[in-house]
Amino acid sequence: MVLIFAETWNGQFKKSTFEAVRYGAECAKAQGSQAIAVVVGACDPLVETLGAYGAAKVVHLKGSDRFEPHAYAGALGALAAELGATQIVVSGTANGKSLAGVLAAKANAGCISNVTALPSSYSPLTVQRSAFSSKGIEQCSSATACTVLVLVPNALGTGAAGAEQAAAEDRDVAFVGKSTPGAAQVASGKIPLPEAERVVSAGRGLKGPDNWGMVEELAAVLNAGTACSKPVSDIGWRPHSEHVGQTGIQINPQLYIAIGISGAIQHLAGVSGSKTIVVINNDPEAPFFKAADYGIVGDAFDVLPRLTAALKAHLN
Amino acid sequence: MKILVCISHVPDTTAKIQFTANGAALDPAGVQFVINPYDEFGLTKALQLKETHGGSVTVITYGDASVEATLRKALAIGADDAVRLDGVPTDALQVASELAAHIQGAGYDLIICGQESIDYNGGIVPGALAALLDLPFVNACIGLDVTGSSANLLREIDGGKEEVAASLPLVIGGKKGLVEESELRIPNMRGIMTARTKPLAVTALTGAAAATAAVSFAKPAPKAAVQLIDPSNLDELVRRLHEEAKVI
Ligand SMILES: Cc1cc2nc3c(=O)[nH]c(=O)nc-3n(C[C@H](O)[C@H](O)[C@H](O)COP(=O)(O)OP(=O)(O)OC[C@H]3O[C@@H](n4cnc5c(N)ncnc54)[C@H](O)[C@@H]3O)c2cc1C
Ligand SMILES: Nc1ncnc2c1ncn2[C@@H]1O[C@H](COP(=O)(O)O)[C@@H](O)[C@H]1O
Repeated sequence: MVLIFAETWNGQFKKSTFEAVRYGAECAKAQGSQAIAVVVGACDPLVETLGAYGAAKVVHLKGSDRFEPHAYAGALGALAAELGATQIVVSGTANGKSLAGVLAAKANAGCISNVTALPSSYSPLTVQRSAFSSKGIEQCSSATACTVLVLVPNALGTGAAGAEQAAAEDRDVAFVGKSTPGAAQVASGKIPLPEAERVVSAGRGLKGPDNWGMVEELAAVLNAGTACSKPVSDIGWRPHSEHVGQTGIQINPQLYIAIGISGAIQHLAGVSGSKTIVVINNDPEAPFFKAADYGIVGDAFDVLPRLTAALKAHLN
Repeated sequence: MKILVCISHVPDTTAKIQFTANGAALDPAGVQFVINPYDEFGLTKALQLKETHGGSVTVITYGDASVEATLRKALAIGADDAVRLDGVPTDALQVASELAAHIQGAGYDLIICGQESIDYNGGIVPGALAALLDLPFVNACIGLDVTGSSANLLREIDGGKEEVAASLPLVIGGKKGLVEESELRIPNMRGIMTARTKPLAVTALTGAAAATAAVSFAKPAPKAAVQLIDPSNLDELVRRLHEEAKVI
């Protein structure tokens, strides 16, 4: 069977969870086995609703609300062993990435991260992943009885939700952690970048932090996350958590709009997985145009407000 | 405080990646190798902690002789000694097992890894290492304060950050924020001179098996040429995003 870590945040399923469940369900179908999702801690929606994405069953582990890598890996690893999991599917969120290595070592399972497609073979398990900061595509195989697969969020999609309900089973288990999570600060209403379907990003071409209002307006109209180039976060114009690229966050949105960003190789490495790239730059020679689908050679200060207005008109 | 910094040796961020003829492996020709950028933040943090609390900073890489230049650079930046686990790793669990075998019983208080290496982007070694050593683990670590045998850490979570308390010894997967870009150290002449005589031990492997294997590599398909749109006609861009790209 295929086990899926169905991550929640504040009692709600993350969007990436639906994607992971769908992925696990496809893997199970291809092997003629069952997809079982695991929910840990408080969950407001009925866990049965994961059936809509292909889970046959959901095991709801009660007893812990806060993510702790050893505690979660211990509980999930024990369940995987009990149920005889051949794959454990985890989305590459912050918690998913913290969990994966710990879980793999505890479950004595090979671990393939950055997965961007369904497996091409199940014996041996072989799957496509991204490597070299999106500059390469690797086919990777695993030789262990169970393999942990860590998905790139947004790379596969959730598929259409059905109406099926999964079977549900509650369990009380002991969570044994080794660290103590304290206060969490999450900016409310902000879309976490790896999950955002659309991202509006700006660079040094914007000249200063006071000019980000127009970037945020464009993002608001598109219901997009906001990002920036590395120098912009280094100088403190924007928070580090918005820095995308080879040494920042890697994103795979449907739409990436880059404004006043030159398109250095390190920047492209983190965003080239975007489905559609729009570049706005006043320098026709900016390297980013080579990686763009649509380009506008123009001054950001002139183009942005008009683009926001045009999009608003279209979306209304 | 006895600190170990695990370093991976990776192609420079500006490197154009090429694969050998049949896509079997990375073609290292013309590629400059550097300390993994995430590990550079960790190394600087380790040196700062040593300056405050005393102790030592050891750097370790599992790799063949070609990684020694990277270890020497870490020594030039200020690490006290270096260890090379002699072999060519092919898998994260194998790396974690060999590192764990070296660390077991060696008395390190803090094991600093990077959140991921920018070559294979695995991000698996630090957590696997913590599990094998049965030590607390904090990933995407952007802040670390040590008092006595306890640590207060800050880690990045989706859309924000979270405080974590843990006791030493401890394993972290670190990144920028651990120290700032401006605090990163570059080797000076004296550092480069002394690095030549600092100890670099070459240690044999225990023979840990790889769980996964790279079958082949390819480059992503090249993008079609950009479609330029007249900046005075932004409705055209909106139309194409809607009708052609279908993203709005
Ligand atoms: C080890 C290392 C790691 C790195 N990692 C990353 C990373 O992860 N992410 C990252 O982004 N960078 C990274 N970099 C930095 C990268 O090399 C570039 O320096 C950086 O991406 C440039 O940022 P930028 O495009 O905002 O600024 P610039 O290169 O200064 O470009 C500004 C652009 O704005 C345009 N512009 C100016 N005025 C206007 C206007 N009025 N309207 C429209 N356009 C305008 C200019 O034509 C120019 O193209 C890394 C570098 C190193 C050495
Ligand atoms: N061959 C290696 N030798 C020493 N440390 C390593 C090695 N590979 C990975 N690491 C450590 O593990 C971190 C994450 O690497 P990875 O899991 O390979 O993405 C790196 O930043 C290093 O700290």
